[in-house]
Amino acid sequence: MARVRRSFDWRSPLLFLGPFAVLFLAMYIAPIVYAFVSSLFTVKRSGLGLTAPTQVFDPFANYAHAFADPDFVASLGRVALFGVVQVPLMLGLALALALLIDSKSARGKGFFRLSSFLPYAIPGVSAALVWSFMYSTTSSPINHLLEPLGIHLPFFDDGTVLWSVANIVTWSWTGYNMIIIYAALQSIPAEVLEAAKLDGASAFRTAWSVKIPMVRSAIVLTAVFSIIGSAQLYNEPTVLQPISGGSVSSTFTPIMSAQAAVGAGNYPYAAAQSVILAVLVGVISFVFFRLTSKGEKA
Amino acid sequence: MTAISPRGIRSRRDTSPLSRTVVMVLLAVSTIYFLFPLWWLLVAATKPFGEQFSGSGLWFDGFGLFDNLARLTAQNDGIFWQWMLNSLVYCGLGAAIGTVLSAMGGYALAKYDFPGRGAAFGVILAAVLVPKILFTLPLYLMFSGVHLINNPLAVLLPSIVSPFGVYLARVFAAQSVPDEVIEAGRLDGASEFRIFRAISTKMMLPALVTIFLFQFVDIWNNYLLPAMVLGDDHMQPVTVGLVGWNASHVAVPPPLVVIGSLVSVVPLIVAFLALQRFWRAGMTAGAVK
Repeated sequence: MARVRRSFDWRSPLLFLGPFAVLFLAMYIAPIVYAFVSSLFTVKRSGLGLTAPTQVFDPFANYAHAFADPDFVASLGRVALFGVVQVPLMLGLALALALLIDSKSARGKGFFRLSSFLPYAIPGVSAALVWSFMYSTTSSPINHLLEPLGIHLPFFDDGTVLWSVANIVTWSWTGYNMIIIYAALQSIPAEVLEAAKLDGASAFRTAWSVKIPMVRSAIVLTAVFSIIGSAQLYNEPTVLQPISGGSVSSTFTPIMSAQAAVGAGNYPYAAAQSVILAVLVGVISFVFFRLTSKGEKA
Repeated sequence: MTAISPRGIRSRRDTSPLSRTVVMVLLAVSTIYFLFPLWWLLVAATKPFGEQFSGSGLWFDGFGLFDNLARLTAQNDGIFWQWMLNSLVYCGLGAAIGTVLSAMGGYALAKYDFPGRGAAFGVILAAVLVPKILFTLPLYLMFSGVHLINNPLAVLLPSIVSPFGVYLARVFAAQSVPDEVIEAGRLDGASEFRIFRAISTKMMLPALVTIFLFQFVDIWNNYLLPAMVLGDDHMQPVTVGLVGWNASHVAVPPPLVVIGSLVSVVPLIVAFLALQRFWRAGMTAGAVK
């Protein structure tokens, strides 16, 4: 990229980047440092609770507590399971939709692109509210429709509630991911597709052997963002919690678990849970990038 | 489709009726999935008060939209509209200031060569990848320390910082502002800031609209931060208010939550439909490099 060459005059970059940099330090870097430092202290309460609790430096106590906390460990396992199942499903759906809309057989491409992307315009909390009406134990329109078939979907059973949440996330984000993959499909050179056609490849074969490999980097990008999204699962289960009849616990996801620790007044423990989650997300994203870029070279 | 038009003939030869049918059926099914909940919401909000949850919910049945809106307005002395106003102020103000900060930052990263530029960009890019929700808790604790709880600044200050906005601004500034134009401005004796304000921002304008939109929605979407830092319900944005109503069960009749949900998503859907090309530009800039 061409840039304007100038002798090192610091005034202009400072003037332009400075305001953002100051706020970035205050709102992004400082909280990380603050969370990390406060996670190294533990809250000590006197036996009778008559005096104010004091904080004692004890760098590993909160981390040991977190990994021994069955609720927190269960919440990590829950979002891991969620990510392993929901992310491939959603991206598979997004890829299939992008290929369908991109295919020569599709008509009304603009309409289908728009209708699948529309849920993205609905805020996560509002989407969860709308779906909570869909799932209602007393008046679910979905179960109303399925009733003649003798089917009743138990949206809030212990075993199914995670997938009810997964459905809301899938509904909200499939169109977003589809647009990203679709944009990558559109940038495939026409000659490449022409060549595949001259070789007698069917539409299905072309999609599988030409188009999908060529939009690989877009799929990797959406996968990383989706994995990160799974880790921060909070809005949807929180909205469903009051009507779930107890199947969405107050420690359903790691963020909710940290939130519960705040509610109990144990800030350092909440900070430690946030740090653990951040480190896990970072490691998983990094490993995922490494694995997928290795495959590319081979 | 008529067989007479040249386009019709060509597409007939290109694709078989079977493949066309299969593709269209699959697309139709997915469209039903995406639109069904919104359709239900629209239908339910127009039904007479109290009948929101009766029947199949698939078709209109009586008309009570205006009565519903009146009841929504009457609930808790019209607090719903206060929430809507709060959301618009937080999102509008936050996105406007945030866009200016992002535009300046991205412009600096694209157009000035300074030591540490690569590192600064790397840090900002890494911040895009860190879930924002992870900052909420420590921010809450920090704001408690400086007594900013129940102060709109506690929502606004974190909201105006958008690493993704800076990233987009850098991409767009590099694409749309030629170096020659900046040089020409300098030869004319204009100050660096004046060149940015009078020339560069004009060239980046479509990009700035995109950044504004993304940040607006981002702030509207952020539920946890305002829920934690704003305890006073007169300061809350509409998402926090509605979730509070939904969780209150008996205190607020559930049909009001349905109607409020519809009203709260209408501005976003309208903005989204009206400004489609900006959305697409912002998303694809992140994906196709």
